[in-house]
Amino acid sequence: MIERLIEIKEEEAEREAGFEHRVCVCVAAGCLSSQSDEVLEAIKNQVAEAGLEESVEVKGTGCMGLCAHGPLVSQCSREEHDHAHDYGEVMYQNVTAEDAGEIVESLGKKPVKKLQLDTEMPFFKNQTKIVLENSGIVDPERIEDYIAHDGYQALLFALTQMTPEEVIDEIERSGLRGRGGGGYPTGLKWTTVAKSVSNQKYVICNADEGDPGAFMDRSVLESDPHRVLEGMALAGYAVGADQGFIYVRGEYPLAVERLKVAIRQARRMNLLGSEIGNTPFRFHIDIRLGAGAFVCGEETALIASIEGKRGQPRPRPPYPAEYGLFGEPTLINNVETFANVAPIIRNGGDWYASIGTAKSKGTKVFALAGDITNTGLIEVPMGIKLREIIVDIGGGVPGGGNPKAVQTGGPSGGCIPEEHLDTPVDYESLKALGSIMGSGGMIVMDQKANMVDVAQYFMEFCMTESCGRCIPCRVGTVHMYNLLDKIDKGLATPNDLALLEELCEMVRETSLCGLGQTAPNPVLSTLHYFRNEYEDKINYEVKMEVAE
Amino acid sequence: MFRAPKVLPPSDDKRWRIVEGTMRRNGFSRNALIETLHTVQESFGYIDDDSMHFVAESLHVPLSRVYGVSTFYHLFTLKPAGDHSCVMCTGTACYIKGINEMLANVEETYEIQPGETTEDGRISLLTARCLGSCGLAPVAVFDGEIVGKLNPEILQKRLAAWSDGND
Repeated sequence: MIERLIEIKEEEAEREAGFEHRVCVCVAAGCLSSQSDEVLEAIKNQVAEAGLEESVEVKGTGCMGLCAHGPLVSQCSREEHDHAHDYGEVMYQNVTAEDAGEIVESLGKKPVKKLQLDTEMPFFKNQTKIVLENSGIVDPERIEDYIAHDGYQALLFALTQMTPEEVIDEIERSGLRGRGGGGYPTGLKWTTVAKSVSNQKYVICNADEGDPGAFMDRSVLESDPHRVLEGMALAGYAVGADQGFIYVRGEYPLAVERLKVAIRQARRMNLLGSEIGNTPFRFHIDIRLGAGAFVCGEETALIASIEGKRGQPRPRPPYPAEYGLFGEPTLINNVETFANVAPIIRNGGDWYASIGTAKSKGTKVFALAGDITNTGLIEVPMGIKLREIIVDIGGGVPGGGNPKAVQTGGPSGGCIPEEHLDTPVDYESLKALGSIMGSGGMIVMDQKANMVDVAQYFMEFCMTESCGRCIPCRVGTVHMYNLLDKIDKGLATPNDLALLEELCEMVRETSLCGLGQTAPNPVLSTLHYFRNEYEDKINYEVKMEVAE
Repeated sequence: MFRAPKVLPPSDDKRWRIVEGTMRRNGFSRNALIETLHTVQESFGYIDDDSMHFVAESLHVPLSRVYGVSTFYHLFTLKPAGDHSCVMCTGTACYIKGINEMLANVEETYEIQPGETTEDGRISLLTARCLGSCGLAPVAVFDGEIVGKLNPEILQKRLAAWSDGND
């Protein structure tokens, strides 16, 4: 079976070699919403009109990262084909269908200056790509293209040359930790599920990316869906499961569509299904659609949702590793975690462990948004300083000036003020600052941001998204929201501020699941770093009355 | 072997066949409740009492659970939508870029709250938690078409065109 993969790889290489030039158009959701599909169509038409179909390859690819300047088009000529992992020689930004003619005409000549994007800028140069290595390079709807970029090699290698224990061992040595935000060691989780005794086990991929301001998982699924499938199949082999589920947000129709295509292709090539690669291993993957509930990102709530129930969490233990989906041992990992698995098996755990810091290995994908010049998707090694991400890669706040704060971890995270931007990005350091790594959303706020309002925004989110099962979260979030509202309107007394702090503590300590336990984080972190903004809004007249 | 009698659809509307198809594909398993409700909503635009009864009986789940699930998840709606829908993203990136003011504006102009439809049935206003197009914030979806880098003028123009019936 491995021979068949090599065959496909060679066929692809031969096909590629036949082309003089290659033009890639980003057709991930960001660029698609600026009509990149029309750009792709127009360029194809222009190539056909010029009769260049034999020498120019035009393909739609996944996300190239710099979403703010979409639609993005990259183009390279034969000499650069060897550097398949570069974005090619030339990149164009804000391309419209009208520009197609000019781009096709410029092939082999000077690039179109007015559209050109500087590929030497830090945004492209300072990244380390593992999860996103194929994004913007392979066609997400062609399995052959993924195979040509070493896809499914790790799976077949593991099935034929490695025992499940060896696979887990490799993951353990890599030091990979859960990328959904919690940072639980992946190897340990796999070991627990592998050790659970049962005839039926499940693997679940958590693609319920509910954090507002985060779009990493969506991008991975839209740009390189096979990578996630391969990671899941490897996990299935390692823990002894034969059924996988991908739980995707209902808000991501394009990701669902691409996953469906990918699963069908993989099945047809015997890379999913029964007797994968002519080994006794079988693994099926089904898609389950979310229906818009943030709490379903919590693992026990997600399991309830797959079972067709309301997505409400339950107390742990028992952990899903022992008692999960339909009461069977279940492995749940995030999209980005699974996306890291195949490269680790391919290159070895030691290779992965050589990237990052002592306790946080590898790379992390971040979604940059808010008041920042280069909004988009980046992948950086762990341990990089926040300032490097915001200022160098992100290009800083538009129009210059310092950012006021950076929000990480969504509604469960906190705001990190400008003076702490030299902190290295790893699980422990961010936690020490009162925020969390989270799934990777990074929102930059400029000096205009009103921190009380920001805290209120996140509290409103948690209040509406609370599932209502446990009282501290259901009632506590409403009261915290009302108190923040009172403070923001200038009606609060100093007692209200004290009550708010007390409530934060109580909700954090007594809530059932992560949603409630972390809901106070945005309030606590803004109170810690921007307390003066709260105090400025306290009504002192009321305070006087109390004093009397 | 005992076989439960086949549950008949509430009417001879052909769309029920699509719903039945989804249930059959999942072996009429009660785990397929959310999948089935997705299909109902896709086919009919919303989930009404009749469909809840039908789904509950077909999958052998209590009506209370069907109602519970339908109301728990934000994507399911129990009311028919208007002719056009405008989904405004209220994710963090859009919030930072000022979507809340625009939303307040729309609420005031058309006298509707998110989740409601104007009295003439022309426009449904919805909000989404995050559409994941944060690079283009602020973002709204007009009848399925994602529009990024939104400003009050574009928003106003689009909605006015629907409201006036120029579609």
